[in-house]
Amino acid sequence: MDDKILTQNALPRIEWIDRHTKVTRITHWINVVALSLLLMSGLQIFNAHPRLYWGQYGADADRPWLSISSVAAKDDESDTVGITTIGSKHFDTTGFLGVQIKNDNEIEQGFPGYITVPSDRDLASGRRWHFLCAWIFIINGFLYLGAGLLNGHLRRDILPRRQELKLRTIVHDIWEHVRLKFPKGEAARHYNVIQKLTYILILFIILPMMVLTGLSMSPGVNAALPLVDLFGGRATARSLHFITANLIILFVIVHVVLVMLAGFGNLLRSMITGKYKLIHGIDS
Amino acid sequence: MSSIFLSRRNTLLGVGGLLLSGCDKITNNPILMHGIEQAEGLTRVAQRTLISRTALAKEFDRADISPVFKANGTTMPEDNAYQDHVAAGFANWRLRIDGLVRQPLDISLAQLRALPARTQITRHDCVEGWSAIGQWSGPQLGPLINRAGLLQGARYAVFHCADNLDGEASKGGEQSAGQYYESIDLVDVFHPQTILAHTLNGAQLSVAHGAPVRLRVERQLGYKQAKYIMRIELVQSFANLGSGKGGYWPDRGYEWFAGI
Repeated sequence: MDDKILTQNALPRIEWIDRHTKVTRITHWINVVALSLLLMSGLQIFNAHPRLYWGQYGADADRPWLSISSVAAKDDESDTVGITTIGSKHFDTTGFLGVQIKNDNEIEQGFPGYITVPSDRDLASGRRWHFLCAWIFIINGFLYLGAGLLNGHLRRDILPRRQELKLRTIVHDIWEHVRLKFPKGEAARHYNVIQKLTYILILFIILPMMVLTGLSMSPGVNAALPLVDLFGGRATARSLHFITANLIILFVIVHVVLVMLAGFGNLLRSMITGKYKLIHGIDS
Repeated sequence: MSSIFLSRRNTLLGVGGLLLSGCDKITNNPILMHGIEQAEGLTRVAQRTLISRTALAKEFDRADISPVFKANGTTMPEDNAYQDHVAAGFANWRLRIDGLVRQPLDISLAQLRALPARTQITRHDCVEGWSAIGQWSGPQLGPLINRAGLLQGARYAVFHCADNLDGEASKGGEQSAGQYYESIDLVDVFHPQTILAHTLNGAQLSVAHGAPVRLRVERQLGYKQAKYIMRIELVQSFANLGSGKGGYWPDRGYEWFAGI
């Protein structure tokens, strides 16, 4: 009886825990740099042929499912507009896709220079950046997975427990996320099941898909490993590479927004120094 | 709260901007760019180590052939000597094989056409990102080089071409003009699918596609498939060719090893 009163009246107790291992923290930030450069150099490469197809092949005479182009304006032949086509739908994307305005000049290219590496049209350098960062990304990924297997991080922190995989738990967690209610106190010590499932999706499906679709576009790799047939052709592989890149962007946006909502300073610190602040005794 | 968020956002944008201008600085700095280009060596060693030297590029069925095979790069060399060859139906054209060989050869188109040909339906992957499937026929390069006989020290076959490119759109047209040439190592010279194609989709190779013969080296990108071949030179190094990188596009920043 007395104990209970004592607990209820106690001030919130702060506990510092080691949230992330050194390997997780280092590989996370290397990934941030490598993936940013891969994305931006990827857009540079895309700009060399801003059309995507399905199937074994695809070139100018074939029908793309997505294209970004610049065409003469209907009302003024000297003016160009950026047109993005998805399927049979056309969108005027002048200013962003297809045609950009820089210092009163029209620049005709797919994605704008401020999100490509390098910022001017330079396919050769874009490819150099892309393949250097691809190597860094792959080596970094294996370091993370290797360490995660050895130190138990993947099994302990990422693999969901059986009781977590109950539909009720998952629905409850989704509902909590939708209401932007994040676990506090003891419940914040571990990843919740939605986090675990999302990390599994990104670690074991989306990122490997990115690497495999990328490798399957290599004519050298094709000779040894018919990965490209798995995807249904090189043009399809290139499309899937593009779509998967967009899924990664979507993940990063959701990830960063949730980090901001769930405690930006605490979570950012935990991914830099490893230290994470748990507050017991409130709302837990 | 919102001001903190905005300042963080500005910081992030600032960092992004720094990163961007940093990349441009690196890209414009030849020494740092040289460092970044070392990844090509890693890719080449990985592919040469992990992939069998005789592994074949996938061959397709007739039904898979692209309705239109895009002609890229030069589609009509302006060179006068070449124009004369076109006018004469390449009757006076001779393929010269020389350099580090025991017996230099001069081969006419009729002789090349009389040689046993390999026919292969393969996918052509342009560095820009498009692909086209076509059926190529022509003699394998390996036996021809063997007939000329390699001399000690020969490491690469260089293909000297009749076309002169005058810049590249994707580099803003700032690239210098130059005679087209390409080169491959002996692994690819003796690869079974490396042929001197004189026929595309059952018809004589058109000028747009590189008449009278173009190289097919199927495990590499399109720019290695040299068109309008005039001469094949066996060399020990690229030192005396162009800017020393072994090809027109490699001299302009692209990978010499185009297996990726």
